[in-house]
Amino acid sequence: MSASLERGIHAFKEQIDAPVAAFFSSCVRCGLCAEACLFFTETGDPVYTPIHKLEPLRRVWQQEYTFWGRTAKALGLSRPVTDAELNKWEPLVYDSCTLCGRCSMVCPVGNDITYMIRKMREGMAVAGHAPEGLVSATRRAVTTGSPMGVKYPALQAQIRNVEQETGLSIPVDVTGADYLLLLSSMEIMNFPEFIGAIAKIFRKAGVSWTLSSQSFEATNSGIQIGVSDIAAELVQRIVDAAAKLQVKSIISPECGHAYTAIRWEGPNLVGKPFDFKVVHILELLDELRAQGRIKLGSKETQKLTYHDPCQIARRGGVVKQPRNLLDMVAENFVEMPEAGTMNWCCGAGGGVGTNERAAELRLKVFRRKQSQLNAVKPDALVSACSNCRIHLEEGLEEYGMEIPVLSLTETIAAHLE
Amino acid sequence: MSAAELLMWIRGPALQFATVVFVIGVVVRILEILVLGRKQDLAAARGSALAGGLRTIFSRSVPDRGTLQRSTFNVVAGYIFHFGIFLALFFFAPHILFLHDVFGVYWPSLPTQFIDAVTVVTMITLLAVLLHRISHKVMRYLSRSSDYLAWLLTFLPVLTGYLAFHRIGLTPPMLMALHIASVELLMVAFPFTKLMHAFTLVMARYYNGAMAGRKGVNA
Repeated sequence: MSASLERGIHAFKEQIDAPVAAFFSSCVRCGLCAEACLFFTETGDPVYTPIHKLEPLRRVWQQEYTFWGRTAKALGLSRPVTDAELNKWEPLVYDSCTLCGRCSMVCPVGNDITYMIRKMREGMAVAGHAPEGLVSATRRAVTTGSPMGVKYPALQAQIRNVEQETGLSIPVDVTGADYLLLLSSMEIMNFPEFIGAIAKIFRKAGVSWTLSSQSFEATNSGIQIGVSDIAAELVQRIVDAAAKLQVKSIISPECGHAYTAIRWEGPNLVGKPFDFKVVHILELLDELRAQGRIKLGSKETQKLTYHDPCQIARRGGVVKQPRNLLDMVAENFVEMPEAGTMNWCCGAGGGVGTNERAAELRLKVFRRKQSQLNAVKPDALVSACSNCRIHLEEGLEEYGMEIPVLSLTETIAAHLE
Repeated sequence: MSAAELLMWIRGPALQFATVVFVIGVVVRILEILVLGRKQDLAAARGSALAGGLRTIFSRSVPDRGTLQRSTFNVVAGYIFHFGIFLALFFFAPHILFLHDVFGVYWPSLPTQFIDAVTVVTMITLLAVLLHRISHKVMRYLSRSSDYLAWLLTFLPVLTGYLAFHRIGLTPPMLMALHIASVELLMVAFPFTKLMHAFTLVMARYYNGAMAGRKGVNA
């Protein structure tokens, strides 16, 4: 057994806890999870059945943590997991799973399959079976602070542009502000208007906020690739910035996995509860709305629908807030079939968007989103994740659909009085 | 050994053995899961893990609309054979008498003709489920030999029960011996196969629902 395989198997063993054992013990191979996964529904290939993506992890569980499996192993009757198998499973674990969590909602015995894929990636990564695109993004995140290699001067330049366009000043490194706003590199580089939108809304609503020049990156490649110590280091940078600036809360921006990373995994990664709150931008905007601090001068008249980013809705619990906000800002808001916690993934979450090898597949499975959109035929599609947004735009273009993709925050900012 | 002697042995030592394997096996399997433990979640909760876990134990018995539409046969057939086995096992008068002897509790039975019909429906459904497993590309792909074994072990008690009730093929003591023996096979294999899901799904659903419940999501 090679050293890297040994480390991988060891990591699998470390990752197996009571929920994982309960899940594997309960699977009856009914195959219902396949129909919940867009990688199966759009390809028809059973290899993409969610529970099948975990087969090597299941075998390690069986061989190490069950009486029967241990007996068989002692008698030399079981087949150990090999490097060749992990190699074969790499595209299943990374390219065809967006950690969207839809299978975890339909499994009749209650298996949280996504929880296990996230864990399996920990073993795959140390065994050297993570895709190149994610490895390099993670390397850049550690060395430059951003998976896209965006350094502070680049953000500074965008801030200057936004300040010129809006005439507002963007607070940076303001000690004692209530909120520290994080951004994703995607927002900084592709959607800097998000920063302007936040500045407008917060100014009108009287929110005390700041950016940090030291720690502005919200995304966390460590989570996507499945290397917890790197993920912890990236979270720690934010924790340190929050402490330095003495903020009460951190705002997670329009990015799905960034929210999971800082809100739900963050304290567990650094090993202690945060002494600040983490809110998603939509949660904060909905709070401001409820307090009457967002006053609109006009409403959006186009027919809008909302794409729930998986990590914000199904895996994050922010479901009704965007609807409250859309009810406020849109005259004609329609829901797609299966919207909310059962929404279909765009196809690019969980690191799939960063993984060049998966480009063809993620565009293929976008057909699921296409049919969901065709059911309501909106004038524009609103979402709250810049990663979704990039892929939605790409997918819509691929399928010749002329539907603009809007950010919910920006849509609200555009209609302020 | 006469049929009567065989029946005595099946009802006596063999049943005791099967019961011991079943009980110890199930307890060991559950302990094997629990001793693995899980890390305390340090993220500030939005909702109640306990409430979410308890909720999902029950709510997961009802499929979401999309799953019902996309996997109608699976869902409907699954319901029928699970309910069928439950009704035949716990509401057939002779079974209630047997369980009363063992546990000392008693409850009303359902009409025999009804149970007979349920048994027929259950057998037909189980055969259809087997055909589905063989013909459906996902299920065939996922299935291992243990899945077919579990199917057989579930089917045999229903079949032998039906044969024994209608006295088809063999003498009544022989049919009864076969019926009880098939149940004993099921009990012995239970802890070592996916049949364990009957117990562990409560845990699986709880864990899933609890993790989602903390985030304020109804899983």
